[in-house]
Amino acid sequence: MAKKESQLSSKVAVDMTPMIDVVFQLLTFFMLTLKTVITEGDFEIRMPLGPSQGAVEDNPIPPVRVKITAGPDGDRTGIAMNGNPVADFDDLRRKIMDLVGTGPGSNADKTEVELDCDYQLKYVNVVNAISAVSGVVQPDGTVVEMIKKIKLTPPKKAGR
Amino acid sequence: MAKRKGGGAENTEVDMTPMIDMTFQLITFFMLTLNFSQAEQDERIQLPVSQLAKPAEGVTVDPITLQLMRDGMVIYAGEPVPVRDMGGYLENEKRVMISAGKEPNAATVIIRADGRSKTGEVQDLIKVCQEKGFDKFVFRAEHRP
Repeated sequence: MAKKESQLSSKVAVDMTPMIDVVFQLLTFFMLTLKTVITEGDFEIRMPLGPSQGAVEDNPIPPVRVKITAGPDGDRTGIAMNGNPVADFDDLRRKIMDLVGTGPGSNADKTEVELDCDYQLKYVNVVNAISAVSGVVQPDGTVVEMIKKIKLTPPKKAGR
Repeated sequence: MAKRKGGGAENTEVDMTPMIDMTFQLITFFMLTLNFSQAEQDERIQLPVSQLAKPAEGVTVDPITLQLMRDGMVIYAGEPVPVRDMGGYLENEKRVMISAGKEPNAATVIIRADGRSKTGEVQDLIKVCQEKGFDKFVFRAEHRP
């Protein structure tokens, strides 16, 4: 009886069940594929092949040599900039700022920093050092860029 | 007959419209937040944090991602490989670059090293890459403003 009625009358009740099933499937799929991506950033490292190519570029300012020493467990024991001891990375940043200056007319573009690290030094210190020389975050959140040319010395120990 | 089941009240049909509306909203949200970027991330790596790490502008051309774990193993294509064995894999990468008509140094080697790994191992890895002709490197760090 009911069947006949629906065939005749213009009111056709649409069965929602399959659609809702599919919609929930989609919802579940997209929810599960949701990845919270951590924003990541890069530091460019200049590692020219061989010393001959590096010498082609004539650079009037000698590179700033930052040496980071480490204890046997890989923790940082000291920082030195051009042979002078530096207290910590904030101090290093201040000293680099004093050296190259900021704003127009600074030597930041021309200066190169060479990082000389002990083999067992924890890598996080390298990133902190690069961070310290590459810029300053102002209190209002803007970043003042400093040195962009950063390189590492060749590995000391042939730890192959 | 079926209607009788409702226990007397005949119109107890639930209005599906708000639920479907909401569900579609949710689907749209999750679809739009779906990340298609093939950024290689691995939970075995604990990246160092830096405020100054510049988020990559656009897409890195010809990236080669090398992830250095704390124990000195490199995750390459999902498999842990010792640094000294990376030469062979990088040789393949070099061949891919050459067969695509590009110089190996056009590729960018993205180094995602664990903050606790040894600097010397990072340098060793760079050296292996340099031996194969790659010379553009970036160190990746977690950007936390």
